[in-house]
Amino acid sequence: MDRRKHANERKRHGVQILWAFLTNSYLMGFVQGKIYKGKLKHLCVPGLNCYSCPGALGACPIGAMQAVIGNWNFKFAFYVAGFLMFVGALTGRVVCGWLCPFGLVQDLLHKIPFPKKISTFPGDRLLRKLKYVILLVFVILLPMVLVDVLGQGAPYFCKLICPAGTLEGGIPLVLLNKSMRNALGWLYAWKNLLLIVTIMASMVIYRPFCKYICPLGAVYSVFNPISVFRYRIDREKCVDCGACARACKMQVNPVANGNHPECIRCGVCKKACPVKAIH
Amino acid sequence: MKKCLQPPMAGIYVAILGLVLMVFGSWRGEMPVVLEKAINICMECIGIG
Repeated sequence: MDRRKHANERKRHGVQILWAFLTNSYLMGFVQGKIYKGKLKHLCVPGLNCYSCPGALGACPIGAMQAVIGNWNFKFAFYVAGFLMFVGALTGRVVCGWLCPFGLVQDLLHKIPFPKKISTFPGDRLLRKLKYVILLVFVILLPMVLVDVLGQGAPYFCKLICPAGTLEGGIPLVLLNKSMRNALGWLYAWKNLLLIVTIMASMVIYRPFCKYICPLGAVYSVFNPISVFRYRIDREKCVDCGACARACKMQVNPVANGNHPECIRCGVCKKACPVKAIH
Repeated sequence: MKKCLQPPMAGIYVAILGLVLMVFGSWRGEMPVVLEKAINICMECIGIG
């Protein structure tokens, strides 16, 4: 069973690494301290991938959504919302488990040995609702309402919260550009603090950013129950041993709800099932 | 078992609706806004702006 589980994890990490490389393969950006400026950036990538990462070839959907909502001309992002609906309705949170570069970072951090790994704690379930509040307030309402004299709203989630932007864009660009180093202030320090907290928490808790903060995970989670790609539980085969629920690092019980909003479709439960009742 | 193997039509309908919204958003000119934001270093995103 363990061998099957590890083979699945290796395969998943392979896909995550390959996708992260494919969507961040503008290598000149890392050499020159610049970002890709081509037409591919019309298109969103499905995962949380800062478009100010020097290697990024596409646009982060959460950043793009805030940019359009915050634009004085539009106030709602049909293009990005449609993209997220399309991807979410087809795959649910497959993107979280298999394609998101920041999910990969957290997966790898959680492999670092730590004296006590925490799977759940009092208030865990309630805290998971926080990502929906962050989506509503920082991604939609603030860029829409809190605007400057020109009617332009800032990307408040990116500005105040997103540790992926700091890791993928902020740190490499600041390291590669002297002019940017001279412009650093409290905001950069705050965002680095959030990144450090996220890194530390990821070593102890499995994917804390995905569970509690990520607005993109919040969007995709809504589509999990109706997505075309979904888990199916064969009730005739299931022996109710609970192996799947014990194996799930997102603390989902697939037998109770095979398409729970918190499920990131990592496939660990499928491999843990002794009677292959999860398809 | 047969019932749960039926294709989830709701997902297919929502995916089609998503495509329609993408086309509508593109038609009203949202894609250039995305491009404009994505090809310039986002100072807010990296913690400088």
